[in-house]
Parts: sequence; structure tokens; C-alpha cells
Amino acid sequence: MMFAVGLAACALALVMALVRAMKGPTAFDRLLAVNATGTIVILGIALHGYVMGRPEFVDISILYAIINFIGTFAVLKLFDSGGLGDRGGRARPDLPPGQDGGA
Amino acid sequence: MIGIVDILSGLSIAAGVIALLVGSLGLIRLPDLYSRTHAVGMMDTAGVGFIILGLIIHEGFTLVSVKLALVGIFLFFTSPIATHAVAQVAHRSGLKPLTEDSSEDQS
Repeated sequence: MMFAVGLAACALALVMALVRAMKGPTAFDRLLAVNATGTIVILGIALHGYVMGRPEFVDISILYAIINFIGTFAVLKLFDSGGLGDRGGRARPDLPPGQDGGA
Repeated sequence: MIGIVDILSGLSIAAGVIALLVGSLGLIRLPDLYSRTHAVGMMDTAGVGFIILGLIIHEGFTLVSVKLALVGIFLFFTSPIATHAVAQVAHRSGLKPLTEDSSEDQS
């Protein structure tokens, strides 16, 4: 019973976070809302396992937690330095493209 | 017959749900990015912590509760780091915080 209530609250919070992700004025607002969406989805998967009577779904929650963290930091690094740190990215974002050491 | 375990886990999940709803409401209603990070940080620590704690109390001492504790500890440390990094990169890229003499609504 309380697991179903928690799952319904997760759905409501998910809708509110997605509203912010759609109307956020800057890209950082959208990124923050998407990060919060990932956290709510992790809780929703764990609660859904208990509602359906299969608590083994927690494994998928662990995977979602790791992917959420890595994905947020990848997008932040892309915003900050214009590349992901590999050879194809721009090593010197203060120089114009073509002279910045990238591919 | 409702045991003490059900009452404890229900109370913990209810506290987590309240924190989750308040945090996501703050994500919509607060005026700028730096105050929204506050709402998201509360949602990531209080909401996740209480809901995972309630599930662990309901589950007992099994392998699933160990995995739940793993998820809880991981989120408890990494989500505030991600929120802090968003605020840091936004500040470095020149986004000004909302002050009293700046315009009221920018959402």
C-alpha cells in the first residue's frame, strides 16, 4: 500500500521535474532538472520492484545511479571546456577552431 | 495486524515522499538556478535517504537490502557532488545570481 503511494508521488515529482526541464531558461536549469529526474527514476524503479513483488529490480537501480552520475558530469565537461577530454575534443577552448590542438 | 516494522518503514517512506514532493515543487517555483540547486540537493539527500531507509527496514537483513544500502550510499555522496558541479560550471560560465535589484521573474 505505502509502496504504491510512494510510486504515485514519484510520478508526480517526475512530472514537475520534467516541466522544469522543458521550460528552464538556461541549459544548466535543464541539466539540473534532468539530474533530478534520474534520481526520481532510481527511486521509482526500487519502489516498483516492491509493488510488483520482485525486489530484484534494485540491480537496475544501481546501474541507473552510476549512469546518471557519469552522464551529468560528461555533459558538464562538454559545456565547460567544449570537449570530453579526448583527442577529438578541443584541447584549447580559448583559441578559435582549427588552431586549438583538436582534430 | 500491523507490526512495528511496517509502521517504521511506512513513516520513513512518508518522510521521504514529503521531501521528494517539496523538492520538486521548489524546482518549479524557485526563481533562479542557484536556489533551484538548493531544492534539488534536499531532494537528493533527504528524499533518497528516507525512502531507501524505509525499504531497508521493510526488507530486513538480506542481499537485497545490502544492494539498497549500496544505492543509498552512492546517491548520498554523488548527487550533491553533481549539483555542486552544475552550480560551479554555471558560475564560471558567467550566470549571475538573482539579487534584490535584478528583475523578479526570469522563468
